[in-house]
Amino acid sequence: MIPILGLAVGVLLGLLFDPTVPLWLQPYLPIAVVAALDAVFGGLRARLDGIFDAKVFVISFVSNVVVAALIVFLGDQLGVGAQLSTAVVVVLGIRIFGNAAAIRRHVFRA
Amino acid sequence: MSDPEGPVPTGPAGRPPGGDGTPPPADDGTAPPGAGTASARRRRDRLAAALIGVLTLLLGFALAVQVRNADEAQLLAGAREEDLVRILDELGSREDRLREQIFEQRAALRELTGSGSRTGTALEEARSRAEALGILAGSLPAQGPGITLTVRDPSREVEASNLVDVIQELRGAGAETMQVDDVRIGPSSAISGTAGRLRVDGTPLQAPYDFVVLGEPQDMETAMNIPGGIVQTIERIGGDVEIAQSPALVVDALRPLDRPQYASPATGD
Repeated sequence: MIPILGLAVGVLLGLLFDPTVPLWLQPYLPIAVVAALDAVFGGLRARLDGIFDAKVFVISFVSNVVVAALIVFLGDQLGVGAQLSTAVVVVLGIRIFGNAAAIRRHVFRA
Repeated sequence: MSDPEGPVPTGPAGRPPGGDGTPPPADDGTAPPGAGTASARRRRDRLAAALIGVLTLLLGFALAVQVRNADEAQLLAGAREEDLVRILDELGSREDRLREQIFEQRAALRELTGSGSRTGTALEEARSRAEALGILAGSLPAQGPGITLTVRDPSREVEASNLVDVIQELRGAGAETMQVDDVRIGPSSAISGTAGRLRVDGTPLQAPYDFVVLGEPQDMETAMNIPGGIVQTIERIGGDVEIAQSPALVVDALRPLDRPQYASPATGD
């Protein structure tokens, strides 16, 4: 309940304030969002599996975001930022797909 | 902000944290089997709930902002240097292609306008030629300097041949077009009839015969008056010729264009 509420309020706030993303954050924000989405899907799956733990969720959420941003940052420093961010997005996308499949199995039993 | 609390049971070996390459069990919250005391757990739960709320709120916020941001065309501002270089390259090659197109279109335009002006010139030339021919053939009215020439014939002795002589002599002297008693003289005009009942192209003439002739006035008057010429001839048979030069005359009688019945334009110039 809380996550859904938080998500909704966050989206509303974002649409309401419509802030400008600072320049230094712009390459990392989309990656961070995808990483956080991955964490959220993972949490949802764990919840459905009955093994959800708030602490693990929080830590995984934060570390996901930080690690993803770090990888991209490192890539930028190495001159392969575009490729690395693509890689991160692909990996996270695969994980999201996997989690979504597990959730689907729970919800639809198929 | 990793660990809000002190000693808590860490996740068991069951679920590795995500991103380690193994087929992805999600990086999720997996429940540790053990737990602390009841009060500690409640406290922890509240804190965790609050954290989860904050995090998801942040996620929603970032999501909305990013979607908005990606919508706007500010993508370039956040793009990396290499991306920018690639975009610049693409734009450069696109510009080259467009320039090439512009060049081709310009050439085509030049060609078209060139042919257009050529057509226009040809048309203009054809039109002026048609006008000149129309004046010569008598199908167009004409104006200009010339003479009026009046042949009086009180004794009704002037023959058709005399008027033909007048016309031929005028033509020889440079007359470009003329009319007699409001009948236009063309290349195929014929004078027929007997003295006193002359006809031009079938139209009866009444003496005096009034010629309006366009051409060099002085030349024509001189040609008329040469010894043994028209004027003398007509005066000898009892007629009388009066010539007046004029800087501006109008020949406005028209004759239908002769349509060649047998001759047709030879092909190939």
